[in-house]
Amino acid sequence: MKLQRRALMKSLLAAAAVLAVPRWLFAARPDKAFDEKNADAVMKDLFNSEFTESDQVTLKIPDIAENGAVVPVTVTTDLPNVESISVIVENNPTPLAAMFALSPQSIPEISIRIKMGESSVVRAVVKTDKNVYFASKEVKVTIGGCGG
Amino acid sequence: MGSPIKIKVKLKGDVAEVKALMPHPMESGVRVNADTGEAVPKHYIQEVVCKHNGNVVTTAFWGTGVSKDPYMAFTFKDAKAGDKLEISWRDNTGDTSVSEVEIS
Repeated sequence: MKLQRRALMKSLLAAAAVLAVPRWLFAARPDKAFDEKNADAVMKDLFNSEFTESDQVTLKIPDIAENGAVVPVTVTTDLPNVESISVIVENNPTPLAAMFALSPQSIPEISIRIKMGESSVVRAVVKTDKNVYFASKEVKVTIGGCGG
Repeated sequence: MGSPIKIKVKLKGDVAEVKALMPHPMESGVRVNADTGEAVPKHYIQEVVCKHNGNVVTTAFWGTGVSKDPYMAFTFKDAKAGDKLEISWRDNTGDTSVSEVEIS
């Protein structure tokens, strides 16, 4: 009985330690989220929490991408204490393109060039120490960028 | 060892704007070689670590949806001339590249 309790305490303490680590210190790539085939599954893997649309998240991406192989994306936000910024392309075979884990030194603005296989809604997701916020935009792709 | 990373840093007050270009094929595993008809194996950068004077300021985790020869930009504060900025990547084959610049 005593041993069981000790084991239980040990696992509880380990769980508490994991929860107490600020997200910006988490150094491991969320491999499962990158393998997901569905944008909602990606959101669940990464955040496992509610998320709300916010006009404080700015997603800059062309309305029409002539070349789906190279689509420039910039995400900025006015939200404080940002821990990560992710870019999700709903219709890509694996929707999670990139996730930037920020530090307290970071100013929350990132740019990246992504591939889009076809026209799709693109989501910019910002996680702060409090909540998960996103902005999204429909992007039309003239020539897809996944088949080569 | 992968190709060197091209890094540009613009200092505005104590804010550093970083632009980085990393020559890399970024094969998604979906593309088919027209000659052989076989899928080209996945070969893509999974993780980019950016350090300011040895401290991690940004870590980028990537999937196969990042374009060939990736370009990324990010910004951080508390920077000054003479500081060191190091960027390194690791791809799914275990290959790596590291480059460092002095902020001026």
